[in-house]
Amino acid sequence: MERKTKIEAEKSKQEIIITREFDLPLELLFKAYVEPEILEQWMGTKVLKLENKPHGGWHFVTTDPMGNQHGFNGVIHEFLPNQKITRTFEMENSSFPVQLEFLEFESLTEGTSRLNMQIVFKSVEDRDNLLKLPFAQGLNMAHNRLQEIVSRIK
Amino acid sequence: MELRRDVFQAIADPTRRAIITLVALQAMTPTAIAENFDSSRQTISKHIQILTACELLEQEQSGREIYYHLNPHKMKEIADFIDPYRKLWDKRFDKLEAVMKKYK
Repeated sequence: MERKTKIEAEKSKQEIIITREFDLPLELLFKAYVEPEILEQWMGTKVLKLENKPHGGWHFVTTDPMGNQHGFNGVIHEFLPNQKITRTFEMENSSFPVQLEFLEFESLTEGTSRLNMQIVFKSVEDRDNLLKLPFAQGLNMAHNRLQEIVSRIK
Repeated sequence: MELRRDVFQAIADPTRRAIITLVALQAMTPTAIAENFDSSRQTISKHIQILTACELLEQEQSGREIYYHLNPHKMKEIADFIDPYRKLWDKRFDKLEAVMKKYK
């Protein structure tokens, strides 16, 4: 299977670079990031606030399968349509310090485009902890399934 | 590099991840591990072999029994793996692409 999304996380650097090419014109890719009702669809989140301008704020709330709500928020520093969004990203009620995100949108052909996302962390350790999250969740899921199996046997 | 790929293949399988979580709690014999699954002993034994080959599990002889326990060093190493993180974004972006195609 082709790996469409590329992640670069160089050892001992406190950043992650995420690159993805889309089978979409640049304008549509950018639109997916600025229209709240569209963003809600692909992010699976509720958009409480999204002010697409410098000094603007954003606030999303996601409900996980267990019914717990998780808030995310930040401030927009740069907003250049079809080019660039620079913003902060904070996970509410978590031990993760705020992150700085640079999103660059570029057109490749008439029907394709690329997103380049640079995420800067407070420390290398904070970055590594974030990278480990999905892996830990995967293990937890396996563990839950195991408990189900075990309880069925009992 | 070759070994790293093997380790990732090892943890990509849900049954093998379940074996890891089982053995993480205590050292176990292959029979005891297999009792936790519906799959055949042969299948589980194959999974154990793969996990051992990439050093996630270690063997320990105790009398006539062989016990398997988790190799914490290797676990720490794979905890750095970024593939689950990449998959998360890949899924999210696939969704974006699918949603936006409707607006074309």
